[in-house]
Amino acid sequence: MPHKTFFAFILPSLIAMVLFIALPIVSVVVQSLYVSHEQVMVEVENCQPFGGCSKELRVDTEATAALREEQPLGRFNGLATYVNRAHLATDELGAILASDRDLGTKMAQILNLPFYKALIFTLVYCFVVTPLAMALGFAIALAVNALPKVTKGPIIFFSLLPMIITPLIGSLILYWMLSPNGILGATIQHIFNDPTLSLRASPALTWGALLTYGVWTNAPFSFVVFYAGLQTVPGDTLESAMIDGASRWERIRYVIIPHLAPLATFVALVQLMDNFRVFEPIVGFSAEANATSLSWLIYNDLSGDSQQFGSAGATSVLTILGVVILLSPVLIRTWREFKHKAV
Amino acid sequence: MSEAMSHKRPILLNTLIYVFIILWVILAAVPFLWTVWGSFKVEADFFSRESWWNAIFGTSTVRQTGEAFTGSGYYGAWITRDFWRAAFNTVIVTICVTAISLTLGTLGGYALARSGRNYSFWILIAALVFRAMPHITLVSGYLLPFFQLNIWGVLPTSIIVLVAINQPFTLWMLHSFFLSIPKDLDESAMVDGCTRFQAFRMVIMPVMWPGLVTTGLFSFLLGYNDFAVTAMLLSADNQTMVPKISSFLGSIQESGNVMFAVAAVVSATLPLFILVLVFQRQIVSGLTAGAVKG
Repeated sequence: MPHKTFFAFILPSLIAMVLFIALPIVSVVVQSLYVSHEQVMVEVENCQPFGGCSKELRVDTEATAALREEQPLGRFNGLATYVNRAHLATDELGAILASDRDLGTKMAQILNLPFYKALIFTLVYCFVVTPLAMALGFAIALAVNALPKVTKGPIIFFSLLPMIITPLIGSLILYWMLSPNGILGATIQHIFNDPTLSLRASPALTWGALLTYGVWTNAPFSFVVFYAGLQTVPGDTLESAMIDGASRWERIRYVIIPHLAPLATFVALVQLMDNFRVFEPIVGFSAEANATSLSWLIYNDLSGDSQQFGSAGATSVLTILGVVILLSPVLIRTWREFKHKAV
Repeated sequence: MSEAMSHKRPILLNTLIYVFIILWVILAAVPFLWTVWGSFKVEADFFSRESWWNAIFGTSTVRQTGEAFTGSGYYGAWITRDFWRAAFNTVIVTICVTAISLTLGTLGGYALARSGRNYSFWILIAALVFRAMPHITLVSGYLLPFFQLNIWGVLPTSIIVLVAINQPFTLWMLHSFFLSIPKDLDESAMVDGCTRFQAFRMVIMPVMWPGLVTTGLFSFLLGYNDFAVTAMLLSADNQTMVPKISSFLGSIQESGNVMFAVAAVVSATLPLFILVLVFQRQIVSGLTAGAVKG
């Protein structure tokens, strides 16, 4: 296809992606280097009939508004936003590491810093939910594959629901069931015999609920993909394994799993990407006191009355770096394959 | 294969499989059924302090309204709190996002599938990286420019942003779909004197609908399920359903009208139920097509 035709076809799509994906990334980087203006102060002389005169500092609202209007980005701040307490917190981190407390206290103190608190939850969510959801999905796929044909349709229908549901709505549904007056929350209190146990009061329960939600909503995707993969397992190989005396487990281990391995890589990649941006469940579960994520930090900076674009920008840049690190194995492999092909 | 083997399966294993599947179906379906059922009760039943049997029998609902089911949550959400407006906005946003995404994606995906040059490979890789960007990081890049250009808060802005965010996925899906249509088809049309665009319109368009339906479903879901973009880029009047529900929550919990939110949540779930019911086959094939080919 000649260059001209190719670009004629792809141009609208390319413009959309450059304008609304590539440029915002640039805009985020620029924003992260600025902070909002400080208020302009003026010295006012305050004279009273008998008290004499005193000088005091006042906020000049007009001048502040004019300055903000003129330079909406704020003033240049360099990398200062990146290292402040709300982000990488280098000073605080240094102080904590230099102190002579034991390792547990140090860890607890580090995890109290907003960025690290969010980072650790995001990573735990990513690397706990993804493998568990894949394992559950694989188990469901194996089980459904063994069922008679008529039951498969309805089971697939119900299985798709947790995946297709709007994340915020799905987490709200579970949150209401888990609230102290909801069916699950009340049951949990009953089991542990602790009437004060609730999502709000217990960080462990909050984490557990969020991770459970993650597995619940991620498992169907693995299930559907693995189920489709199971239909393509070569019957001959399975049969010869059976003739050679392989048990059920050995057939799964040595025939089915190797056959599905490429699919598993794909599923893991997609789910890691999606889980890294975990955000809606934290809003839905009102979990911000006990668990936050990187995406939630950005949302928190942007919502509310005083929007902190600089702070949101810095967290965004750090998040994007995280995504690139997460994707780097794939990118490096693609690059190698490409070079190989070119040579 | 599975039928032949099931005869030889030991009873214990069979039981285990059935128990496991029943457990999973309960886990997947019961939260929805429970909430749908509970949305027709009053708050004292759905969030019952005494026993969750109240939610099933509707003890307080009978006491307060005289009947076992009440639509007061739905009335409160749709009429009192103007949820119909949010639903209407959602209809506009999802239809526009799906239509525009597919138009741009079809042209782009077709070009990528037929080009085979280096730059088309790199466009696909860039799309993969873009696909991985958390939406909220992009949103934090939009806000300031949109305030400056004075286009914040209106539906068209959100629609265009959602289309753009959706492009990487749409391009990948349609690219792999067009690869499955034989090249000879449009090339023979071009030998007969068609231009590339005529070949696309007269030969490819008639056979591309299955791929388009599948991709369209996922574009629809992206627009419908989005929270990050619509929550930050729409003003309170223009909100779609999902951000509307989230803004419900804060104000509602104080005034004791949680059931409004429950009713709104159930209302927003219903279209998704119908979607899965009608398009189950296409959703499954779409999920697996990406996996098997990508």
